[in-house]
Amino acid sequence: MSDITKQSLSELVRNIKNKKVSSEEITKEFVNRSEKSKELNAYITEDYSSALDKAKKFDQKPNLNLKLPGIPIAVKDLFCTKDIRTTAGSKILNNFAPTYESTVTQNIWNEGAILLGKLNCDEFAMGSSNETSFFGNVQNPINKNLVPGGSSGGSASAVAGQLTPITIGTDTGGSIRQPASFTGIVGLKPTYGSCSRYGIVAFASSLDQAGPMAQNVKDCALLQEVISTYDSKDSTSINFKRNEYSKELTNNIKGKKIGIPKEYRVDGMPKEIEDLWQKGINYAKDCGAQIIDISLPHTSYALPTYYIVAPAEASSNLARYDGVKYGFRAKGENLIDMYEKTRSEGFGAEVQRRIMIGTYVLSSGYYDAYYLKAQKVRKLIKNDFDEAYKKVDAILTPSTPSAAFKIGEKKDDPVSMYLNDIFTVPVNLAGLPGISIPAGHDSKGYPLGLQIIGKAFDEQNILNIAYAMEEKIDFKNKITDWWIK
Amino acid sequence: MSKNKSEYLISRKDNQYEVIIGLEVHAQVTSESKLFSTSSTKFGAEPNTQVSLVDAAFPGMLPVINEFCVKQAIKTGIGLNAKINKRSVFDRKNYFYADLPQGYQISQFKDPIVGEGNVILDMPEGQKKVGIERLHLEQDAGKSIHDLDPQNTFVDLNRSGVALMEIVSKPDLRSPEEVSVYIKKLRSIMRYLGTCDGNMQEGSLRADVNVSVRIKGSKDLGTRCEIKNVNSIKFMQMAIEYEANRQVDLIEEGNSIDQETRLFDTKKNETRSMRSKEDAHDYRYFPDPDLLPLEVSDEFINKLKSDIPELPDDKKKRFIAEFKLSPYEANILVSDIDTAKYFEEVVAKMGKNKDIKLAVNWITGELFAVLNSKNIEISQSPISAKNLAILINLIKNGTISGKIAKTVFELMMDGNKDPQKIVEEKGLKQQSDPKALEALIDKIINDNREKAIEYKQGKEKLFGFFVGQAMKASGGKANPQLINEILKKKL
Repeated sequence: MSDITKQSLSELVRNIKNKKVSSEEITKEFVNRSEKSKELNAYITEDYSSALDKAKKFDQKPNLNLKLPGIPIAVKDLFCTKDIRTTAGSKILNNFAPTYESTVTQNIWNEGAILLGKLNCDEFAMGSSNETSFFGNVQNPINKNLVPGGSSGGSASAVAGQLTPITIGTDTGGSIRQPASFTGIVGLKPTYGSCSRYGIVAFASSLDQAGPMAQNVKDCALLQEVISTYDSKDSTSINFKRNEYSKELTNNIKGKKIGIPKEYRVDGMPKEIEDLWQKGINYAKDCGAQIIDISLPHTSYALPTYYIVAPAEASSNLARYDGVKYGFRAKGENLIDMYEKTRSEGFGAEVQRRIMIGTYVLSSGYYDAYYLKAQKVRKLIKNDFDEAYKKVDAILTPSTPSAAFKIGEKKDDPVSMYLNDIFTVPVNLAGLPGISIPAGHDSKGYPLGLQIIGKAFDEQNILNIAYAMEEKIDFKNKITDWWIK
Repeated sequence: MSKNKSEYLISRKDNQYEVIIGLEVHAQVTSESKLFSTSSTKFGAEPNTQVSLVDAAFPGMLPVINEFCVKQAIKTGIGLNAKINKRSVFDRKNYFYADLPQGYQISQFKDPIVGEGNVILDMPEGQKKVGIERLHLEQDAGKSIHDLDPQNTFVDLNRSGVALMEIVSKPDLRSPEEVSVYIKKLRSIMRYLGTCDGNMQEGSLRADVNVSVRIKGSKDLGTRCEIKNVNSIKFMQMAIEYEANRQVDLIEEGNSIDQETRLFDTKKNETRSMRSKEDAHDYRYFPDPDLLPLEVSDEFINKLKSDIPELPDDKKKRFIAEFKLSPYEANILVSDIDTAKYFEEVVAKMGKNKDIKLAVNWITGELFAVLNSKNIEISQSPISAKNLAILINLIKNGTISGKIAKTVFELMMDGNKDPQKIVEEKGLKQQSDPKALEALIDKIINDNREKAIEYKQGKEKLFGFFVGQAMKASGGKANPQLINEILKKKL
């Protein structure tokens, strides 16, 4: 089976269950391709030899009742993995190997999957292009010198480049959906509280959520089914009835009401994004859905709100990286000097910028004007969605305001970089599920994505809509393997 | 103006100053595990052996509230006659320090779990009500140890994350003496509730003391200084005394008081400036996004209310009504829960024909003297409540005299012996057989004929001589009452 790495997760699972292929064969193929793909810089830490050992072990006593039997999977380096270095893309955790496993990754291993390695990401998930990683930028398999998006850039690149059959990323303001859109894959940000945050290096606790990134909607549904569990170790984990998303997946969305928010027609939106959106509307109609115009009046406040709330939480969450207990420590004359040098040398520019913003907006005298106001606006944004969902079952928008851009193009322009998240951040602020599916190409042939936003805990519904639309769109990712010599 | 003898005033030339004190007491919650983790809270373990990944703030670790600690805080609130807030919020108090692994302390800022309440103080001049502003839950920090090495500071995280209750009083206290009574009363209430062991040596109870002064009769509050982290009642009193006088002197010299945080140097007995208001930390409080607001139902609170034991104020009232004790006696017996328990056990074991007065005297007299001299708590008493009850009954029913009882008490201390057995073994039983005593007295009168005649002629004080002789002849065991009666008859 030479085309193993081209197979979707569902195909691989079927083939392994039918004993057409072994875990070792699959693992070997993904390891080989990953080895040949170093130029993508998708991995921070490779764990190939132990992956092969685990695959052999699996084959000796294969449990084929599991959902991910012997499937090798690389994961974003924001998930703590026991005894495997976990860096969050930062120098400050360069030498950090946790003694514990995140709940989400543990769920994957419990279903028979095998860790291939840890995937590159923006430092502490702060970035939209994977350029803030201490371990260097990641190449988009679509084209050389194109960013894969961020922060789950390594994850997106690895799935699109077929270095891993599927992966998990994290999404605080769009970090799953935007890179999925940039690389032509599917990415789901689940409802806040669906996937445990235990063992995930925190960026902004009230927004962070893990989710699957896959080649297709069905794979995405299968992985979501595995990773979403109630976890008493995370106080914000919610105990709700979780579907067997892949089993219950259906392309019958007849009569579903899909809302089109007028506020997402932002000024200066490129024509090809407008066209893509219209195409999406037509596809949805073709599937039997009913299109309804809606209004989300506070949409324009979402981005500024996000860039107050997220840095505020981050400034506090990242205080623990002080050189005292673990991770990088710079030498200092005294405690304060050590703190300053450790954090100045250990954190990159973007992380420092957000710590500064966050510290500022929480400072006495500014708290009410920024943080408190932002929390109020956040509530209004959530109310907008609550109102809309009285009329519709889901909302359709573009995933991003543009296709992937060139490496270095926006690096020195943080505001332009932040604008990448304009369609994705409202979803995080409202705690809702959102999925990005590839839906077309821009004039250069770069992929573009559409986003379907659902009601809280209604992952099944948006997966179904995505599944139905995916069939109609029939998207083909243009991967030329340019990086393989 | 009526002069109150116990009023604490500082006099300078023509001015008299009143001292205004408010306390922020940090009381360690009695619990097996920490506020947000499952690590043990046991005192005195090897450094850094009771530290979970959460306590050490490892990446991706999350706090999970310990329900027991919440119950303890609510119970304490009930004990302080306070409003229990059904919704409270945990905030992050952000600052950097080596013994604060998260870089923030999880505390409650705007919405504490317990609101306003009060504590009744029994002062010599009567009762005084001290207002409670609030009680909130928070994490303790670790411990920095600076004196083990000339270059390095060591950090012990065993205490990191242990649950504390910060109990904030209103500025209602007016003297070091009131502060002492207030702390003791808080401690007493919490020990009754089992919510804080009140052990000041182990740091389970410590306080930040806010002090200001004003001309007596003035209505406005002066600028206050906060004396941080004082860990004994004695030091609190010394610190207040020093600080109040320092402030008065400044005012008398025409200076103003700077609002600042000060430290109390226990060796030099003075407070020193730690940081001024301008240098005060900006803690950047905000609601902890890892924790949802804490919501408790009426049902939850009512269940806790129904579990509240009899507290010192009620117990005191009952002791006065039921046992006819004086308020003074009742106070002594209820102030410490173990003393109250001991007393009640003695009362119970004395059975039907009990002598409460005698029991109170023996506990507050002989027993307290022994505990003091041995420097031990009543819970470690060498004499059990049961055996003390037996001893008291032996006095009450005339088996032994009070004097012999003291001898028996001494003997009981060695291994908590049954007084009944001691009396039997040592033959200490009181002679109450009138015939035997009559014979004994006849002999004494015979042997001392002249004295008997002198007595009859009016030298009445010789009566004591005869009693003494009779007691001596009986080896101290004769029933003194009977001796008196018989002597009167015979002489």
